[in-house]
Amino acid sequence: MATTISKPATLVGKGIRRQEDPRLITGTAVYVDDIKMPGMHHAAIVRSPHAAARIAGINTEAALAHPGVVAVFTGADVKNLGAVPCASSLPGLRVPHHHLLAQDRVYYTGHPVAVVVATDRYVAADAASLVEVQYDPQPAVADPEKALAAGAPAVHPQWPDNTSFTFHQEGGDTGQAFRDAEIVVKQRITSQRLIPTSIETRGVVAEWRPGEKSLTMFTSTQIPHLVRTLVAGILGMPENHLRVITPEVGGGFGSKLNVYAEEALMCYIAKEIGKPVKWVESRRENFQATIHGRGHVDYYELAAKRDGTMLGLKLKLIQDLGAYHQLLTPAIPTLSVLMMPGLYKFKSISADIIGVFTNCVPTDAYRGAGRPEATHGIERMVDILAAELHMDPAEIRFKNFVGKDEFPYATTTGLFYDSGNYALPLQNAMAQVDYAGLRQEQATARAAGKLMGIGLSTYGEICAIGPSAAMPAGGWESATVKIEPSGKVTVMTGASPHGQGEETTFAQIVADELGVDIDDVMVVHGDTAVVQYGIGTFGSRGTAVGGAALFYALQELKAKIKKFGAMLLGSDNVSLVGGSCVDDATGKSVSFAEMAVAAYHAKTLPPNTQPGLVATYFWEPPNFTFPFGAHIVVTDVDRETGRISIRRYVAVDDCGKIINPLLVAGQVHGGVAQGLGQALWEEAVYDEQGQLITGELTDYALPKASFMPLIESSHTETPSPVNPLGVKGVGEAGTIGCSPAVVNSVVDALSPLGVRHIDMPLTPQKIWKLIVQSGGLS
Amino acid sequence: MKRKISLTINGKSYTDEVEPRLLLIHYLREVAGLTGPHIGCETSICGACTVMLDGRTVKSCTMFAVQADGRQILTIEGLAADGKLDPVQEAFWNEHGLQCGFCTPGMILSSKQLLEDNPNPTDQEIRHGLEGNLCRCTGYQHIVNAVRAAAKAGA
Ligand code: FES
Ligand code: FES
Repeated sequence: MATTISKPATLVGKGIRRQEDPRLITGTAVYVDDIKMPGMHHAAIVRSPHAAARIAGINTEAALAHPGVVAVFTGADVKNLGAVPCASSLPGLRVPHHHLLAQDRVYYTGHPVAVVVATDRYVAADAASLVEVQYDPQPAVADPEKALAAGAPAVHPQWPDNTSFTFHQEGGDTGQAFRDAEIVVKQRITSQRLIPTSIETRGVVAEWRPGEKSLTMFTSTQIPHLVRTLVAGILGMPENHLRVITPEVGGGFGSKLNVYAEEALMCYIAKEIGKPVKWVESRRENFQATIHGRGHVDYYELAAKRDGTMLGLKLKLIQDLGAYHQLLTPAIPTLSVLMMPGLYKFKSISADIIGVFTNCVPTDAYRGAGRPEATHGIERMVDILAAELHMDPAEIRFKNFVGKDEFPYATTTGLFYDSGNYALPLQNAMAQVDYAGLRQEQATARAAGKLMGIGLSTYGEICAIGPSAAMPAGGWESATVKIEPSGKVTVMTGASPHGQGEETTFAQIVADELGVDIDDVMVVHGDTAVVQYGIGTFGSRGTAVGGAALFYALQELKAKIKKFGAMLLGSDNVSLVGGSCVDDATGKSVSFAEMAVAAYHAKTLPPNTQPGLVATYFWEPPNFTFPFGAHIVVTDVDRETGRISIRRYVAVDDCGKIINPLLVAGQVHGGVAQGLGQALWEEAVYDEQGQLITGELTDYALPKASFMPLIESSHTETPSPVNPLGVKGVGEAGTIGCSPAVVNSVVDALSPLGVRHIDMPLTPQKIWKLIVQSGGLS
Repeated sequence: MKRKISLTINGKSYTDEVEPRLLLIHYLREVAGLTGPHIGCETSICGACTVMLDGRTVKSCTMFAVQADGRQILTIEGLAADGKLDPVQEAFWNEHGLQCGFCTPGMILSSKQLLEDNPNPTDQEIRHGLEGNLCRCTGYQHIVNAVRAAAKAGA
């Protein structure tokens, strides 16, 4: 037994490089499309070229006769299987039956109509073009406001008003607030449709094992366990006969927080043909048939006093749902309503959501999911109010922030903000850019006819989603920690990281808690046959919920290890120090490996103690967490071309305690890039007939390296009291804070021309037109 | 009609019969079994399929396998020599130049090319040099840091 023990330096809080990277930088990581199986077949999907049409007939003869084709499936084959699930429930929600393949009608371009299965992916694609579908095109509607107009084509003939649901939420007395108001500002604000565009598209490999009557499905998802339960439900099979494996996932951003028809279809087909089958989505399919995000038309009214005190906020929110409900489609705008007060002390809010069907692919969770829309709305409205009152946008925010000693703070929307110091990030950001100096510079620039803008946003978000009471099917997370007989540590997390880096952050937590070498820790995830049930990775919950579950599992495990340590040391007073158990009195110690051997060999056991060293914890969070921050963006707008240049991008975010600053910075940068994409470049455009005009990467302006400004990222750290790690979550912050800061900046730049609002994306063409219309061209 | 091609990939010779229409990326992934190069679009936009052909980067979804007949290809799998990471790989790791990793093989090879052409690039030159490679995760900032760090290390 060793006698000198030194506790190793802690890893939590250090920006160490990632454990997962060696396989990713050498091209040896395995994504779905890298999986090959003996006898594997390939599927190609025939999709509707029309946004709305009756299917008069399908002729599969030519496709079936094509050499190499083994089967063609159409709607008739899967008619009696279950529907693509929608997990959200709202009172009176109209849910169209979402068959795996179109039955007698198609509802959006890209709607799956048939599946061709062949021995080779080229042959499958060839044969897909031989499937003859007779369409009888019908009038379509792609714009949610047009869909609500009288006489609009009905997306689903049984619901001619195109309304899936209406939802009302109220807190406080908005009637009174608007009567007390000295000023009311109103604005229509849109958050355009966006295409999530993970660089890896979706993909599925399914294999049927007749002997075991079991299916194995590899799928690129953020929620392997939920996919298992729900796909088993669609197929009518026991879920413990379906194993879902999530190999490396090449980005999700919410688009893989779903259960898709193709997942159930490939399982069904693998069983039907008795061979493994692979389907990998093309980029065009990804744009047409994977969920989109946003799709809001919002009408805001803000009531305030002339001194800038905000009293009440009203919102009419028109949500473009698309043609169907995917997993969480109708729930997304309700998140916007929850966050509509932002960081401010509103006495009252009132919101009405109208969920509208359109002949488009469904919208659902895309990075931020409801919160970017809400933040964009309130942060634009605050600026509009400030402009009306000739107040500085920073001053009006400081005046209305929830104070730092008012936590937990009950909002008018029924939430309890956990902790915060909302003024601090804004103060830091202002100091960093020399806000007063910038305003002076702006005055000089304006006098010289230059268009320079300073925009800020102070955002809050709901993260660590979420308490189970607020979720359709559980909001907890699970973790198992095992010390193996050799002393190595294995973690199995129910979260399903796909780029966030929890193989590293979780190993950092384990290394610190157990005092072991980080390289002795293996974090396993994404296999339902190996990992206990879990919820998955989305809503900035991976570390804030999954990490907390791990922390509690570690405490249980430590208690058990100590029993073995005490037994081996023959002492009642022992402590765990640096991977060993130490006798407090004598300083003698036993190593992890020694305790592991004792626990597994079990020659003698401590009283009332089972052999083995394993602990599992399912952690139910008592609340959400509420990260916050301030972003300041300085822009210069070119009068002649409408081109926007970002001179400074300063982000001060508070995501609670930081486990790995390097990874947090990465999350902020990536989040900001997606926020900037929305603010400046990206938009999913459908034409009047429901054709997706931005149907390929050639037409959809995804940010490139040369588009991006330098992001100056820093943090304040206000621990969350909700979980023992004090973390709040950071995956979505950058996206949420970004778009209003950018738009506020450009509106500020154009304000001398009388501009008070611009809808995203702020393309040069749009800006140039505004400049021309306002007579601002020099 | 299948055609016979012979080429060298990562220093190893390959001879196969392929359909003339087979894209190089599909040849590499499906026939040669090298899944490091990825497919993100098949329309020559994303750069995930980037490999080196006779020492210059090419998007392997934009050419046919038969066009690579007789030529030398380097994929990400061949970059680390004798188990030692290339300095660009090392820099991507150190600087957290990747998240999901899907763009990474292409991004690393394009960065390598960039540094061969311009061993001391400015940040703007790095950003423009990587315009042919899309990353949805990182916002590119850590990628730029990685390329700068690799340049410093004399990659
Ligand atoms: S797959 Fe070749 S450029 Fe995208
Ligand atoms: S790391 Fe995910 S696309 Fe670049």
